[in-house]
Formats: sequence, structure tokens, C-alpha cells
Amino acid sequence: MNISMLLDMAAEGFGDRIVIGRTDDGLTAPRLRELAAGGAGSVRAAEADAIVYLAVNGPALPVALFAAARAGVPLIPVNYRLGEAQLAALLSNHPRALGIADEEHGEALRRAGLAVRSPAEWLKEAAEATASPEDEDPASPPGSPAVLIYTSGTTSTPKGVVLRHHNLVSYVLGTVEFAGAGPEEAALVSVPPYHIAAVSNILTNLYAGRRALCLDQFTPESWLDLVRRQGITNAMVVPTMLARIMDTDGLDRSVPSLRALAYGGARMPVRVIETALRTWPHIDFVNAYGLTETSSTITILGPQEHRTAVASDDPAVRARLGSAGLPVPGVELEVRDAYGAVAAPGETGQIWVRGEQVSGEYAGQGSAVDERGFFHTRDQGRVDADGYLHIEGRADDTIIRGAENIAPAEIEDVLLCHPDVLDAVVVGVPDEEWGQRIEAVVVVRDGAEIDAGELRAQVRGTLRGSKTPERITRWPELPRTPTGKLVRRDIVAALTAETVGRQG
Amino acid sequence: MRPRVGQMLASSVDTTAVIVVRCPDSELDITCGGAAMAEANGPGPAATGTADPDQMGGSLLGKRYADDELGLELLCTKPGQGTLALNGVPLPLKSPKPLPASD
Repeated sequence: MNISMLLDMAAEGFGDRIVIGRTDDGLTAPRLRELAAGGAGSVRAAEADAIVYLAVNGPALPVALFAAARAGVPLIPVNYRLGEAQLAALLSNHPRALGIADEEHGEALRRAGLAVRSPAEWLKEAAEATASPEDEDPASPPGSPAVLIYTSGTTSTPKGVVLRHHNLVSYVLGTVEFAGAGPEEAALVSVPPYHIAAVSNILTNLYAGRRALCLDQFTPESWLDLVRRQGITNAMVVPTMLARIMDTDGLDRSVPSLRALAYGGARMPVRVIETALRTWPHIDFVNAYGLTETSSTITILGPQEHRTAVASDDPAVRARLGSAGLPVPGVELEVRDAYGAVAAPGETGQIWVRGEQVSGEYAGQGSAVDERGFFHTRDQGRVDADGYLHIEGRADDTIIRGAENIAPAEIEDVLLCHPDVLDAVVVGVPDEEWGQRIEAVVVVRDGAEIDAGELRAQVRGTLRGSKTPERITRWPELPRTPTGKLVRRDIVAALTAETVGRQG
Repeated sequence: MRPRVGQMLASSVDTTAVIVVRCPDSELDITCGGAAMAEANGPGPAATGTADPDQMGGSLLGKRYADDELGLELLCTKPGQGTLALNGVPLPLKSPKPLPASD
């Protein structure tokens, strides 16, 4: 149960089909396997204990992933947008790794004592290496780590999530049919290599026999252009990307080849998905909820459920549009209340999951699963009467105003219902009287005027007085990571500084 | 044999190899081409068994073979000529229930 087995099957089954990159110069599965064997030889020759990848997405990434697997070491894709100190701290954990880095990031690796090659040099080295007899068969046992991905660190210090071979293989076998894709299918991934979807995307598309491409710098124009030029049939985006594709004026949004669009990684505003469903009625939309710790997707809201929800007058069915769907095969999910008991349908609690694909393990800290094998996602949510999961934000984001626990998500949803509000965040700002007070920041459509009093009235009318933001500030944009996650602590810091400044 | 999830099994009469995707916690007789399959270690065992000519229907790469009643599911990782069977009964091909691509 090694991810190399998936590549072996693809090499056996797909022959001349291009599986990575553009049709004119991409890689077939047998070629990918040769490069992986060559790369594994380099890892062994360097006596490296890992491959650190600090570059944008490209063919060098899948070659590194499978080379690491054959050599029995983990691949560690690192966030190239980290600050210098954070990056140095992280790299100090991996002094014996083989480094692959873009020109602009090579220096950081060299400073950490790693031997560095560029993605192009890595591919050349893999192509020139002569496979030695020991490269014939994957050496790593199923329990060894295949990938180490550091969490985004939006709510705490980045932690290294260990994904073992059996986690990733279980995920692929549980959710994908071998050779399920037609020879004309092509998938576009727009998330960076250090996002779990970039890693899982390589495995699931390869196993399905679907050609996979990546876009290293997302803009709505370049995404639409690549979809049209490369005949993309399947794509995965984070919500902010879909929002930009839908909200940017003057774009040619025709995508005749596109059949399916998956989204995940952060909350999708209902307004954005409704607009997308109207703009692209022929496309199958898929909402995927998952974490790095769960080897990607654990619940899915499928295409038919999207269409049924948007066409329904029944509020319960319509609310499904904001739901993360049903668990994938092999994943069990529980919502637990404050006492640890399984919550009744409709009742909010914290989400726990169990399954072969769930790692729940952090480097240097061991397993974080409970005695029954369940992993605490730290996400809050509820399961409705029909089993659909509704996510209500991170438990760590909960605002405690007085003695009341308030989930920012439900207030954000109300603000986002306003047609001119493009983005919204609600946070708890330190307050002498209440402990925390509720404040909101909104991004308003260019040229539109919004009255903060009117917005506050909208919240009060939908929810209640104690959930109404005391202040609503307008910003040109919200601080989000490139993968669409809000950096709430920066927002709280800015709002706190503003208040102090104003008073002082 | 008592199979376990994730275990790789190899045929002793041809090139067939499977991975156990789902299995009950019980003693099972899993055969390929009429001969018992064994845990695959390294490059795979030499083909040493004797094939039953009546059990050479073949198995296909990437297909799932399952007995839903007993809860056994095998995924073929290397194809071959032998028929996969459980307790002497050929394992039927499982029709795929594809999920939409999510990443």
C-alpha cells in the first residue's frame, strides 16, 4: 500500500496517454515512473531523508512526490510565501533533505544547509539518472510517511501533518475509480503545492487517468484562458477564486469544455455559488470539505444536490447550497456536544471524523485521535435531518461576548446576503465590558454605497440584538491567504490598533 | 488465511495481484486460478502453484471484485489470466459507483 502502486497501475493501464501537463509536451504515466525512479536514485545518492519542495506547481512536483515514495522518504511541500524567520524555523526541522526551489527561494534552503536544485534541474537530473537495481521496487512500508504538509497557521503555529502511504492510498481507493476518466479529460488545479488538494489532485487524477495541469499564479483571466486553450473538463478552485471569476467585470466567462468544478478550502458565500450556477448551468458543481489531516476530501455535496437546492422553494432544501454534503465512503463523522456526546440532528457541536484516510498525526507530537480513532477537526457544525453536514466555522473563531458563544459564520452569512457586499468577516475584539465585542469588516462592490446602520439592521432583523456587530468597517479587501483562508488575528489586530489610535 | 485491509495478495499461478480494500474479520480461502493467494512480499512470489484450467477467466487491472454478503472487496493491481475466487466461488466484478471528482 504505497502510492507507487498507484503510479505502477497508471503506467500499466494508460500507455501513451498524457497524464501530466500540456498535450504537446506533457508526461505519460510510464515516463513519470521512469523519472520517479531516476529521482529516487538522486535521493539515495544524496542520503537525503526527505525532499523539500519550495517552488510553484509544475511537473517537478509529481516527479518529486513519486521519487520520494520510491526512495522511502517523505515529500515536504513548503509554503513559499512564509516570512523569512518562519521559513528558517521550519527548514531547521529538515537539515538532511534534498531541496528543490525556484531561483528566488533557493537562498533560504542554502542558508538552512540544504543542497538545492531548481525544478528544471531536478527534472533533468531525474531523466539522466540510471536506475539501480534497488530502484526496482518501492522500499517504503505502507506505514511510512509519504507527505509532510505544514498547516496554514492561520489559527496557530504551523504544524507538520504526517500523511502516511496507507492514508493517501485509502483516500484514492475509497473515492476514485481506476480509469474512470475518458482520454479527453483534463483537470486544472490552481492551489499551490503546499495545499493538500495539490497533492491529492496528483494522485486522484493519475488514478482516474485524467490529465492534470496546474496554474501557478491565479488570475481570473489566466484561469479562463487556460481552461479554454487546454480544453479543461474538470477544475478545482478555492472560493475566493470563484468569487473573482464571477465578480470581475468585462471577462469572457465562456468555458465550453468545462464539465465539473470542485471547490473547497474555505467557506463559499451562497451569493457566489448561486451566481456561478446561473452563469454556468451546464457545469457540475462539487463542494468538497476536508482537511490536510484527513488526506483531503471527507464530505461531498454533489452536482444534483446543487441543482435541486438552487431550484427549491423549501428553505431546508435550499439551505443545502451552504452545506458540505455527505461523508465519502470509508469516513465516519460525528458532531459532538460540549459534553462529548453525539449531538442530535440539527444541534451544533464540534466535528470529529474517523477512517483509514484520516491521519490526525503531527510531526513530533504523534497521533491526535481519541481512543475510538476519531480526529477532532476543530470545525463547528451540525448534521441536518437528512445527514447533510453544515460547517459553522472554526471552533477557535468563536466569539465569547459576555457569557454567550457566538459563531461568526452565521453573522457573516447575513452580511454576505447583501447584493453589494463582496466579502465579510466578523471577529471578536477585546472589550473591557463584554470581554469581546462583535465587529465586522466588509468589502463593498466598487461604486456602491452601503449604510452601516442598514447592514446592522439587517443582522438584527435576521438574528438578534446580541449578535449585531457594534461596528461595521469598510476595507478595500480582507487579508486572506492565497488559498482563501481568512487571517482573523490580523483583522482583530488591525481593528484593535485602530480603536486604540482613535481613542489616543 | 485471515486477510486484513491494505494487504497485498499475489497469485501463485499467474501475474495477478490484488489489494484487500474491505474484509471481514474471519478465516477466508482466497484463490486465483484455483490456487491459494499469498501475501506479496517484495517483487512477488514465483508462480509455483498449479492452475485449474476451469478457473482461468482472468481479472482486469483496476477493477474491484467483491462478495457483498461476506464483506470482502479486492482491487486488482496487476492483471492476469486466473479467476479470483472466495471459498471456491468466483468473485463477481463489482460495478463502480463513481463519486464526482473533488480535487
